[in-house]
Amino acid sequence: MKPAAFEYHAPRTLEEALGLLHEHQDEAKVLAGGQSLVPAMNFRLARPAVLVDIAHVPGLDRIETNDPASVTVGARVRHLDLEHNTIAGPLGSLFAMTGRWVGHYPIRVRGTFGGSLAHADPAAEWCALASALDAELHCRSTSGSRTVGARDFFEQMAFTTCLEPDELLVGVRLPRLSDSCGVGMAEFARRWGDFAIVLAVTAVERDGDSIARARIALGGVAGGPVRASNAEAALAGRPATAGTVAEAAAAAAEEVDPTGDIHGSADYRRDLVRAMVTRALDQALA
Amino acid sequence: MSQRRVELTLTVNGQRYEAAVEPRKTLADTLREDCGLTGTHLGCEHGVCGACTVLVDDEPVRSCLMFAVQCGSQAIRTVEGLADGDRLHPIQQAFWEHHGLQCGFCTPGFLMLATSVLESRPDIGDEELREVLASNLCRCTGYQNIITSVHAARDQMRS
Repeated sequence: MKPAAFEYHAPRTLEEALGLLHEHQDEAKVLAGGQSLVPAMNFRLARPAVLVDIAHVPGLDRIETNDPASVTVGARVRHLDLEHNTIAGPLGSLFAMTGRWVGHYPIRVRGTFGGSLAHADPAAEWCALASALDAELHCRSTSGSRTVGARDFFEQMAFTTCLEPDELLVGVRLPRLSDSCGVGMAEFARRWGDFAIVLAVTAVERDGDSIARARIALGGVAGGPVRASNAEAALAGRPATAGTVAEAAAAAAEEVDPTGDIHGSADYRRDLVRAMVTRALDQALA
Repeated sequence: MSQRRVELTLTVNGQRYEAAVEPRKTLADTLREDCGLTGTHLGCEHGVCGACTVLVDDEPVRSCLMFAVQCGSQAIRTVEGLADGDRLHPIQQAFWEHHGLQCGFCTPGFLMLATSVLESRPDIGDEELREVLASNLCRCTGYQNIITSVHAARDQMRS
């Protein structure tokens, strides 16, 4: 339960960090909050030869709110800072209600938003949120920068993203949600703070008594976050009633293809999808 | 494979400690082996049990998931820093009075977790306090006496 030896670097600038990643390629791992990487290292499931600690890279811990259309969350913003964020409107509410489900309080003190996305646990709350809102992920390397949509960032294999070994996720741009947008988040785990068995994140734009557009992302049902597109289609343009919600939840349960494991059978997860989508939509429409 | 050691200065409970550690050495092991502060206990060593919880700049941290080299000038607090000589901290006194421990292995972690939350949020409600205390594991008490102890400490620290 002790990690293998590694070379430790704590770069002071982004350029220096990117240079180290370029030099060491897949021998190197980025250390941010360490709440997933260090357990894996203690188990020796991960044995990186080099750790690049980005704690001192300036700017990565900021939440940029100057743009009226979007918010950009720095990769090193902590779970706790998103749980207690000051972002106005429904986006801030969604971050707050989702953040409190991420691990336990001491984990949220250290763990980071970007770290969670780059780690890409299939049951991670932030991955589902990024997927639901079609987040744009800013990635940097010594050869340049690129912006990748959440849909392309997460591969449909657990713990896998499109990040190259020498690329660093630096920030994530999310659309501000309009004030007529309701948000909801529901999760089921056996004990408080455990990894989700199934979770659902929703944002629903209202048009009077009907639903203009709904976004629903699920965690725990595949290798990466999944958009429940049939359920979204079942809501668009429909009246905001319990009946509509029930139809959408049934559609979500129908369109997922979960695999069973020690935490729950495929059928059980499918039923949880129906229940979590119902709960999340009820919150969003309340 | 042995490795070059890094010299560092840790500030623990207001006191400075010099240590030369391999980068792979966790803060928990460094506190115990290099600073001689064995009050911090290691249970699972992968961030699940919370026995090794210490405060870093007054926030609770799993010290098995942080390398000592990651600590710069941050102020670390451990269970050894709670009592004032022979006078127990109110949270320790409450655990004593309400039988908040049996074997005591998880106690340092619970004390630090509770201290942090009661200092930062003296008015925290019962339900939220339960959520916070769910961060750590105890195999003896069934948790009820821990919750009772922290409630008592909260009420005492407020008055």
